[in-house]
Amino acid sequence: MVVGLVAVWLVWFLVEGLFTGRIEVNDVLSYAWDGLLRGLIVGLASIGLSMTYSILNFANFSHGDYLTSGAFSGWAVTYLLAGLGDANVGSLLLVGAGGSVFGGALGIGITTSPLAVVAGMIVAGLATIALALFIDRFVYRPVRDESGITLLITSIGVAFALRYLIVFVFGTDVRGTTAAGDVPTLSLYLLDGTVRINAHDLTLVVVAVGLMLGVHLLLQRTKLGKAMRAMSDDEDLARITGIPTEQVVRYTWIIGGGLTGVAGYMFVLWKGTLGFNDGWLLLLLIFAAVILGGIGSIYGAIGGGIIIGMTASMSVIWIPSEFGRASAFLVMIVILLFKPQGIFSGRTTA
Amino acid sequence: MNVSDIRERISGMASRDPGLVLGVLAIIYLAYIVAGLVFGFALRGHLNSLANLTFYIGVFAMLALALNLHWGYTGLFNIGVVGFMGIGVYVTAIVSKPPVAQGGAAQVGGLGLPLGVGVVAGVLAAALFGLLVGLPALRLRADYLAIVTIAFSEIVRFTMMSRTFQTFTVPDTIDVAVFGVELFSFDPAADTVGLGGGGGLILNHLPPLGALLRWLHLWEPYLGFVGWVQANFIANNPKPVVDSLVYGIVLLIVVGLYYWLLTWTGESPFGRVLKAIREDEDVANALGKDTNRFKLKSFVLGCALMGLAGILWYSGRGSITPPSFRPNITFYVWIALIIGGAGSNTGSVLGGAVFAALLYEGPRYFKNLVEAAFNVGDGPGNFGQAMAAMGSLDPVPFFVYTLNSINQLRLVIMGLVLIWLMHNRPLGMLGHRKETAASIDLSRPEGTGTTDDAVAADGGEQQ
Repeated sequence: MVVGLVAVWLVWFLVEGLFTGRIEVNDVLSYAWDGLLRGLIVGLASIGLSMTYSILNFANFSHGDYLTSGAFSGWAVTYLLAGLGDANVGSLLLVGAGGSVFGGALGIGITTSPLAVVAGMIVAGLATIALALFIDRFVYRPVRDESGITLLITSIGVAFALRYLIVFVFGTDVRGTTAAGDVPTLSLYLLDGTVRINAHDLTLVVVAVGLMLGVHLLLQRTKLGKAMRAMSDDEDLARITGIPTEQVVRYTWIIGGGLTGVAGYMFVLWKGTLGFNDGWLLLLLIFAAVILGGIGSIYGAIGGGIIIGMTASMSVIWIPSEFGRASAFLVMIVILLFKPQGIFSGRTTA
Repeated sequence: MNVSDIRERISGMASRDPGLVLGVLAIIYLAYIVAGLVFGFALRGHLNSLANLTFYIGVFAMLALALNLHWGYTGLFNIGVVGFMGIGVYVTAIVSKPPVAQGGAAQVGGLGLPLGVGVVAGVLAAALFGLLVGLPALRLRADYLAIVTIAFSEIVRFTMMSRTFQTFTVPDTIDVAVFGVELFSFDPAADTVGLGGGGGLILNHLPPLGALLRWLHLWEPYLGFVGWVQANFIANNPKPVVDSLVYGIVLLIVVGLYYWLLTWTGESPFGRVLKAIREDEDVANALGKDTNRFKLKSFVLGCALMGLAGILWYSGRGSITPPSFRPNITFYVWIALIIGGAGSNTGSVLGGAVFAALLYEGPRYFKNLVEAAFNVGDGPGNFGQAMAAMGSLDPVPFFVYTLNSINQLRLVIMGLVLIWLMHNRPLGMLGHRKETAASIDLSRPEGTGTTDDAVAADGGEQQ
């Protein structure tokens, strides 16, 4: 009832705004495009969180810092490949810490240095997989059988240690990473203005959709997906039916970690800046996506991510822009209160 | 319960819990003083670092006690602590800041009411928001409640930063009229009020210590005491040092009040229901207790206490800005509580003290000590330069870089300590999740060891 009234008001506000020219159509579409891209990143990153949430049964608060770790490792490689010979190797590997090298000066972009970007993306994925497996072996495995809350608190410790180790090595400054002026941009004219789509937007769409399809096939066509579903339903039962649970856990971290690292890398490529807080700031949106989609469902996570991204970007039509993220959190809180099993509930992993 | 029983209980408490707390505090202070003497601190620097230490011990102990009511007693996983602190201190600032006309350069004014009124308003606001969050959210699972509370604290921070709430103009007169009949006309002192946006608020009201001493009519004697210190110990402007030391002592007194209040709450029938909810909510429900009501009351009380702690933490500062209210603070409080042991008030105080002394202030103090003792000079500006020197077998730049980054590294240490605790001591120093909720002694009489006797003396609860 209340939800209905709010929805009616939102639609009325939008339609009335469009008619009177207070809101421009091209703005709405630009917000939607921005929201879709943000949503793809959130969706990509939330697959891993959703899987570990359902299979290992805990809310991993260090997930955002996996994203940051992936971004930094990937961008170190991209800087190295793009700037080899132009600048000091140390500064390149530190992603220009302290303003020693600027990504814009190296001309980094998908069209200007495609090899460096692709290599960086792959390294981001691999490094995050390695990190996730390392942390799982030494931090989470010893407390695997404890309650979800114990693991949650442990993951907060991991988040702190990771984030500030990154600060120790890479510094606190937020750096520009891409040559923003050199990115080819497509301007679509629509009724009353233009919607800009650039090459990095399209790269993001291709990579995100490709990886999501890949995960879908992996989980549908292999026994691994079935084993994961079995484990998230009942771990003990899965073990006595002969499913090698530790191995499934390892694959969970591999898939989740890889996607998260790539998401972190793509996030930075898309927005053009890199800072140590990026992943942490995205974490609550990722949680929102996972909860919206229903914990354990990867399709739910993708769908939830897109809804959350769109909410965060498009809400500026109705409310001041400072509250974009707040509105996404509000959607999450409302879902938690009224439909905690998520809006795509019923289907778990794969 | 008769009078002698109560007296026995009090003496049992006095011989154990406060003794333990005082012992740990004594060790901490002794370590700080000895370290300062060894490294050659001046008296002023020494007193300053002790005042700083006392301040953080006080605020973290308060916050850990309040969180213990949520998590340790009732099992509510609240990771929005900093949101309630922020609400408390912002509301206090708005109520107590002088109107702009008097403040001069200050960008946004306040209502100009006394600080005492502001503190009460701040605490009530924190409690009110606790009610707003708790009313729908306390039904949720622990991990969902965690996500809701942290999202709430972030929404609070966005609101503080937002330009929409930056400043409002207050009309000169507010007329309350019903059907054209003027009921009363009100002339507020304030010109503008607001949250100040990203620039924050300048706290140009009286500092809490000054307000408290004036209220107690101790301001003149206090100034006399400052003059005496000036004559005998610190010749050059001793007031800031004395202020911060005395404020630290005030905070410790407030910690004592929190402790008393929460221990009393925990041992009351109300507290026993809370512990029952923590152990098994369904059972408590089946025994006819309206668990939602109990949880809500506990949540609101804890939020009010968090608001007060936030006010005491930040009101003495010259200004407040939204970045001070990042979720990091919440996790500091959690680490303090986990070090001490959830479920024990004494543990919460100890955890707050140990966290403040070793993890929060310790690394910074260590840096100050080293800088006082050796001339370290400017280190390398980034990790690369530090490592480059390491490559040429010169560890000094790396060491200096580490020292300069100690503010960040202490967070790494906190993270590692948290992981270690969860692996090895998940119950902390004094975690008593299995304490008896009964008010009578359930221990077997044949226990003859000294510790068993002591446990019996305080009723088998809460060591």
